[in-house]
This record gives sequence, structure tokens and C-alpha cells, in this order.
Amino acid sequence: MAEKVSQVEVEIRNANGMHMRPAMQFVDVASRFASKINVSNQKITVDGKSIMHMAMLAAAAGTKLKITAEGSDAKEATDALKDLVEVKMFDEPAWQKE
Amino acid sequence: MKIADVISSKAIIPRLQSVKRDDAIKELIAILEKTGKISEENSAEIAKAVIKRENEASTGIGKGVAVPHIRHKLVKKIVAAIGISARGIDFSSLDKQPVYTVILLLSPVEGDQHLQAMESIFEHLQNDNFRKFLRQSETIDQIKDLLVEADQNPSW
Repeated sequence: MAEKVSQVEVEIRNANGMHMRPAMQFVDVASRFASKINVSNQKITVDGKSIMHMAMLAAAAGTKLKITAEGSDAKEATDALKDLVEVKMFDEPAWQKE
Repeated sequence: MKIADVISSKAIIPRLQSVKRDDAIKELIAILEKTGKISEENSAEIAKAVIKRENEASTGIGKGVAVPHIRHKLVKKIVAAIGISARGIDFSSLDKQPVYTVILLLSPVEGDQHLQAMESIFEHLQNDNFRKFLRQSETIDQIKDLLVEADQNPSW
């Protein structure tokens, strides 16, 4: 199957940001897909399937991350991850913008 | 944020006595109490909270490392302790392997220092050499030097 690339930008919306538990959820979802998944903030790009890498992003509420999936299920992967970050918000309380 | 700024040089245990997860957490909290980083009357409640958090989801992230942590109202200033276990501790890690390096991180509820400290800790931990040297360290000074060196050379 041809390699496909899908890229989305997401905003961290849960109040506590991407701490360890959300990072683990992210890795769980990302690992369900065959595609290679990278996540970038302004400074670094990390492996979306590695918990150590994801915890390094230290993304606070309001941070924007770019998720890039590359592989046969790239679109499905970015859809699921965007849903986890922005809609499910890692099952955590939302951030109240001041 | 630098890892050496968060891990108090007095809160380093090169040879953890504990062989069980909860005991190791309590051992690290006890050394923070001894060095005055947390107060005696709060330490039991903080230990309970860390263990509760650990029961909800293991912080044993694999490769022999666990990072038990919590944001707690009784913690006024971010502080961390580090312990090395020669025989390994069962943390119900993701990769099912024993843990040789335990980094306990306590943060206040407010502020974003918690995430910054995690960033710094994980940046170092994902470095194979850092984990290897940490595990091989036998004295407080060796660990202290390693932390300072890691902060100075982020890409070594």
C-alpha cells in the first residue's frame, strides 16, 4: 500500500496539560496504528509512540502541537489523536481561559 | 529548568534499602523530610497520595525507570529525590521489567513548574548513557556529578 502522510495541528485543552497520564493515553492511541507518528512543538519533534519522548514535550494548556502520521493508516491515526486531545481532552477538566 | 536544581543534592540515595515499590516511595519521602524539604506532619499524607497515584497508573515507564510524582496542596515548592536500586523493584512497569532508578517528584498544585521539571527529567532519561551511568552510580557524589554534567551537555 502506498505511504500516506496526514498532518493536523491540535491545541492542548485540558487544564493540567500533557502530563504523564495524558502522555500515556496518547502513546496508547498512537500505538494502535501502523503509521509512524511524530509530534512537534515549537522546539522539538518527538516520537508519538514513546512515553519518554511525549513527556518531554511538557505541553501546558493552550500549547499547540503538530501531529504528523506517515503510513497506510495515517489519516485514521491523526483523526483519533485529534479527537483524544481536543474532544476527549484525555478525560480531564477543561482549561478555563482567563 | 535544570534537573540539578530540582533534585536536592541531599535527597540522593545511591543504594535504596527498600525492595518493594511503596517502601521505596516512602524511603525517598523520608529523605526529603530529613533534609527539611517537606515537613514531618505532611510526609505521611504525601506518601499516601503518591502511592494512590501510582496505583491508578504506574509511572514505571520502562527501561528500568520509574518517576512517581504528584501535585499536592501540601507541597509549597517543587522538589525531587532520586534513588538507585541494585536488585530492582517491581513497579508494574509498562515493559514488565524491574526498576533500578526511581525519581520522586513533588510539585505544588499551582504553576507550570511541574511540567517543566518533567520535561527536564525525561529529556535526560531518554538518553541511554544517562540511564546507564545513573544505574552504575554508587555514591551521592557520582550521581550529583552526573546530574550537573547532564544539565551542561544536553546532547552528550
